[in-house]
Formats: sequence, structure tokens, C-alpha cells
Amino acid sequence: MKSISLFAVLITAAVLAYGTIDMPDFGDPQAPANLHVAPRYIEKTHEETGVTNMVTSVLASYRGYDTLGETTVIFTAGISVILLLRRKRDD
Amino acid sequence: MQDNIIVRTITRILIPFIQLYGLYVIMHGDSGPGGGFQGGVILGSSIILYVIVFGVDQGRKIIPEKLSDTLNSIGVLIYAGIGLICMIFGGKYLEYNILPLGSAHFASHIGMLGIEIGVGITVAAVMITIFFETARQER
Amino acid sequence: MIEIFLGKYNYWIYITLMMIGFYAMIAKHNLIKKIIGMNIFQTAVFLFYISIAKVKGGTAPIVWEEAIQYDNPLPHVLILTAIVVSVSTTAVALALIIRIYKAYGSIEEDKILEMNN
Repeated sequence: MKSISLFAVLITAAVLAYGTIDMPDFGDPQAPANLHVAPRYIEKTHEETGVTNMVTSVLASYRGYDTLGETTVIFTAGISVILLLRRKRDD
Repeated sequence: MQDNIIVRTITRILIPFIQLYGLYVIMHGDSGPGGGFQGGVILGSSIILYVIVFGVDQGRKIIPEKLSDTLNSIGVLIYAGIGLICMIFGGKYLEYNILPLGSAHFASHIGMLGIEIGVGITVAAVMITIFFETARQER
Repeated sequence: MIEIFLGKYNYWIYITLMMIGFYAMIAKHNLIKKIIGMNIFQTAVFLFYISIAKVKGGTAPIVWEEAIQYDNPLPHVLILTAIVVSVSTTAVALALIIRIYKAYGSIEEDKILEMNN
């Protein structure tokens, strides 16, 4: 059983290592992730929202729906824990 | 751990500072590193420290079940409510610029602060709830 | 060859961490150890995203007059919310394990399966 899972882990690691050949270098400014949406956020954040922290402005203003869903996820987790574990007081 | 006077005294001294720092992190989320998620976790951890030192029963006297359950939902309510207020004033959902608070920048600043507070309340209350519900099991 | 290895060293770190977590998830029978493996796996994904956000010579994405270049703020936002989701999943999983322990008296997966048969 252990050897089968070790084999699966090694296969997955080999596939992931093969995938890194096409990935951009560490800290490359020309990486695809840094070229498309992020420059607009970096340039326009201050004039559009008046907030200096770009992470907060993207979190709360540009992607407000996303954060609303995220808050709902935490809320749901809290409710699930209450449902699973809370018992009535036996007094 | 209730018997140790050093732990009790240090906890009593530390908790206000931890809570003040949590509020600072929430309020300064728009001008520096921080925000509702991080500040909420810091606020919740102050209560968790209190419960670890003074016990679950004493902790439930400070934060009763009803209070933490209500705070859970009040945070989400604040968040969604601010979005609805923006719609009442004629904007889109969560479009803070439309709020009548002087300049558009100031309005969006206030809107973001409001939802950060909502997120902080929910995160702090959920952390407290999770800790209380799992800690009670040992009895 | 050695340049490829050194230029992409962040990926090697995350592959190592991810495989440690993956092994713990599929090979261990103890449910708590599975949860620990899941947390390590999630941490590897966080590191992957944050390392993609780094730009050479960039500062933290907070507006500053002297900054020449900023890091990419978008992965930071995604991971900020993903960390919270990871806390939520861990909490629900631990609550489920407490219920399983109460029902079966054990958190070893093979013993639980035996009892079911």
C-alpha cells in the first residue's frame, strides 16, 4: 500500500517538474501573469478609488462580489461547526 | 491554568493591547498592510487567549452563545447591507462612489471601511465560535 | 540546464511541499494526519501563487512616490481569501472528525471501515 502511494506521488512530481520547463523564471517582469489585468489595477487604483493599498482596493472594490462570497463561506463554516458539535445543556 | 498568578496577570495586561492592535489593523486596511480578515483573526485570538487561561465556562460568561451567534450573521449583514444602500442611492451593487458623502474618493473610502468592519466582525465571531464548540468537547 | 534549475527554484520548493502533503493525504490512515497533509498541500498552493506575484525589484503593492515597480497585487488578493477558506475547511473537517470519534471510538480509517462491514 505504501509503495503504491509512493509511486503515485513520484509520478505526479515528475509531471509537475516537466510542467515547470515552460513556466517563467522567478521574478520575471514579462511573465504572462504580470502583463494582463494587474497593470491596470496598479495604474488606476489611486485615481479611481482614492485608496493607497492596492490589495484592499482590489479586494473590496473591484472584486467586491468575490469577497462577499468569501465572507459567506466563513459564515457557513461557522454554522456547520455549530450544527455538528453543539449540544443542548443537560441541566 | 487558572491557579498561576503570573499567567493570569500577564493575560489581563495583554488582552487590551491585542484588541487595540486588531482594531488598528482593521481600520488601517486601506492605507497600509491589513484588512478585515487579518484584524478579525487578531481580535478573535484575544478572546481565545482569555478562554485558554480562564476556562470555557468563564469565557461563556463574557461571550454568551447568543452574542457570538448574532455577531456571526451581523458581519455578513453589514456587508450585504452596504451593497443594498449603494443600490438605494441609484448605483450598482457595491458601487461606493455613489454614496452622498462629499467627494467620490471619500465615499469609496467609507464604503470600503464599512465592509472591512463587516468582514472583521464575522471572522472574529466565527473564530470564537469554532474554538468554543471544539473546546467544550473534552468534558 | 543548471540555469533552468536555478531560475525556477521557487517551483521546486512548491513541488516538494505539495508532494509531502499529497503523500500524507493518500498514504496515512489516521484522519488527523490526513488533515495535516491537506494543510501542507494548501500551503504549497499559496506559495506557488505568491511566488508568481513577485516581480524583480518590486515593492509591496502600496502606493508610494519612490517606488519604481510594484509586485502584482492580484495573486495576493486571491490568496488572502484562499487562506480564509483553508481555515474554514480545516474547522469543518476537525468537527467531522470529532463526530466520527464519538460514533466509532477511533479515527483510524481502516478500523472505521471494518466496523462498517
